[in-house]
Amino acid sequence: MEISGEKKMEMLRSMILSRRFSEKLTELCKIEGKIPGMVILSTGQEAVGSGVCAALAPRDVIITNHRSHNHLLAKGADPNLLMAEIYCKKTGYNKGKSGTLHIAVPEINAPCTTTVVGGGIPIAVGRAFAQQYRGEDAVTVCFFGDGAADEGSFHESLNLAALWQLPVVFVCENNVYAGAQRFEEHTRSKSIADRGAGYGMPGFVVDGNNAASVFNAAREARQLALSGGGPTLIEYRTYRCRGHGEQDPQHYQPKDEIAAWMEKCPIPRLSGDMIAEGILTQDQLGRLEDEIRDSVEAAVGFAESSPYPEPEDALEDVFA
Amino acid sequence: MQEAGMGQAVNEALREEMTRDPNVFIAGEGVGVSIHDSPLMPTHGLLEEFGEKRVRDTPVSEAAIAGLAVGASEAGMRPVVEIMFNPFFTLASDMIVNHAAKLRYLSGGKSAFPLVVRMKSGSGFGAGCQHSHNLEAWVCHSPGLKVVMPSTPAEAKGLLRSAIRDDNPVIFIEDMNLYFAFMPVPEDDTLIPIGKADVKREGKDVTVVAWSRMVHTALAAAEQMAGEGADVEVVDLRTLVPLDEEAILTSVKKTGRLVVCHEATRTGGFAGEISAVVMEKAFSSLKAPFRRVTGPDIPVPASPPLEAFYLPSPEKLAGAIREIMNQG
Ligand SMILES: Cc1ncc(C[n+]2csc(CCOP(=O)(O)OP(=O)(O)O)c2C)c(N)n1
Repeated sequence: MEISGEKKMEMLRSMILSRRFSEKLTELCKIEGKIPGMVILSTGQEAVGSGVCAALAPRDVIITNHRSHNHLLAKGADPNLLMAEIYCKKTGYNKGKSGTLHIAVPEINAPCTTTVVGGGIPIAVGRAFAQQYRGEDAVTVCFFGDGAADEGSFHESLNLAALWQLPVVFVCENNVYAGAQRFEEHTRSKSIADRGAGYGMPGFVVDGNNAASVFNAAREARQLALSGGGPTLIEYRTYRCRGHGEQDPQHYQPKDEIAAWMEKCPIPRLSGDMIAEGILTQDQLGRLEDEIRDSVEAAVGFAESSPYPEPEDALEDVFA
Repeated sequence: MQEAGMGQAVNEALREEMTRDPNVFIAGEGVGVSIHDSPLMPTHGLLEEFGEKRVRDTPVSEAAIAGLAVGASEAGMRPVVEIMFNPFFTLASDMIVNHAAKLRYLSGGKSAFPLVVRMKSGSGFGAGCQHSHNLEAWVCHSPGLKVVMPSTPAEAKGLLRSAIRDDNPVIFIEDMNLYFAFMPVPEDDTLIPIGKADVKREGKDVTVVAWSRMVHTALAAAEQMAGEGADVEVVDLRTLVPLDEEAILTSVKKTGRLVVCHEATRTGGFAGEISAVVMEKAFSSLKAPFRRVTGPDIPVPASPPLEAFYLPSPEKLAGAIREIMNQG
């Protein structure tokens, strides 16, 4: 299906923002004590979050996992507030309660981010149930890794979602690794998408480094869910260019494998296509890059100049 | 005597037990090839030494990891499985709480489940509440499970050896901060019995009961209070189940004052259990009210000042000691 120039621009902007944001964090993580906790990035995987979210309406919901920054930025998170939360500052989205790993942004319909692997999948079923029950014109997208598909929660949730034909799109981001384990070392399934058939739902393997293919698959799955056709399982094939987290020395990841995937970087792929189609010029691209670089610097400035929460703030927010 | 962190001590115990008994195997997420390429981590180098048959990297599947231990142990094997962080125990808990703990009883004492579940615990890494959540009280509330929480590498080594040789399911909780605290570890093959507490510091005025990382907090508080003329005794439980009531009661009868310190949250925490034991069995020895110093009733927050607020500190503990020193 045809994708409008505007959508392509939206995806490009969102991917570049996510990349600069991640690269900045890689830099900041090298400074001892700067960023608390385990910073987990999507460098190289940006087409997935950016392509899927471009296919969604603001009222659609996403449930994401430990590798969430790309998904959240693509759904419309404010880089300042996101960066401030990663810095664990009071001005961050969650007042420093979360830090980098479980940033919840209900105001953009990204209400439950979990670092418990597989934890988001049943929650997405519940969120989609509420949409179906109330007759909302909206879907829920659940982002999870290939490793998460080995948790029991995956099985129970996909079965239930298919049984009740819930408006949910299961997005498996297969980045070749789950921790230090390669895909073929953690499952004998040829693909995660294959498993959809076992639950009676469509399953597709899609190139996750091609923003246009990502977008199209998500748009179709969303359409099916909205029309009452139930859930879809999409497996996007991509690659984790950084370690599991920023402290991971990647000793088990072959250097030439990383280099080969860098060649398949989704950003020049989309911008190159757009230039060839005549809907983007090198000049415009340069200006976009500069503008995004400035906004990431501004986010860092905002986070740096923000205060930490007061110790006693720890006692707040336990109960509603 | 060599100096080592707790991860290295656990590593030595695993290595020795695997060498001694071919029925011992380990399984879990990243126990073979890990994202941490560090000799300070507990399973470092075991894959190279013992091979893929005995060092099993599993998928991210905690229920299956725990079930693997239950099934294999019933066959007479000695599985030592790892649940990466204490909060992920919830995913393994059905196999541990409803099965490992109960199946022997249900069999009328005919079957046995000699397994060990190792878990990392402790706050202080800015990781937030889904990685930092000490759940020892949950497992203590399940009859049929033994619960071990060592405070030093040497004891971790001796206790893990005993845990592996024990014919019951043992939950073995390692505070990750202690992987980076280097202390002497003897090179002998001492077994430390499960169910025996250890007096880490003798004193006559106040008893502080603690375990795991909080033993060091208690020792620091005791030092601080010594300067104020209070003589603090620190009892390291080492094992929560079975509980060494004798050690607690002996100390409380001597000092007449008791403070329990744990990192886990307050309500329903194990301090309540210890207080109840003392009320039941040594009430008349108490000169002052019981006090507990624990994490507050909140999930562990990520932000450094909030996380520091959460953690019981030597200063907070000294405050509680001071309060009851002035009574009785
Ligand atoms: C229940 C649970 N088990 C283990 C972990 C530790 N852990 C964090 S991420 C991860 C690997 C997840 O792999 P995958 O689902 O493929 O996502 P990716 O990290 O590759 O994006 C593991 C094992 C966890 N956070 N939660």
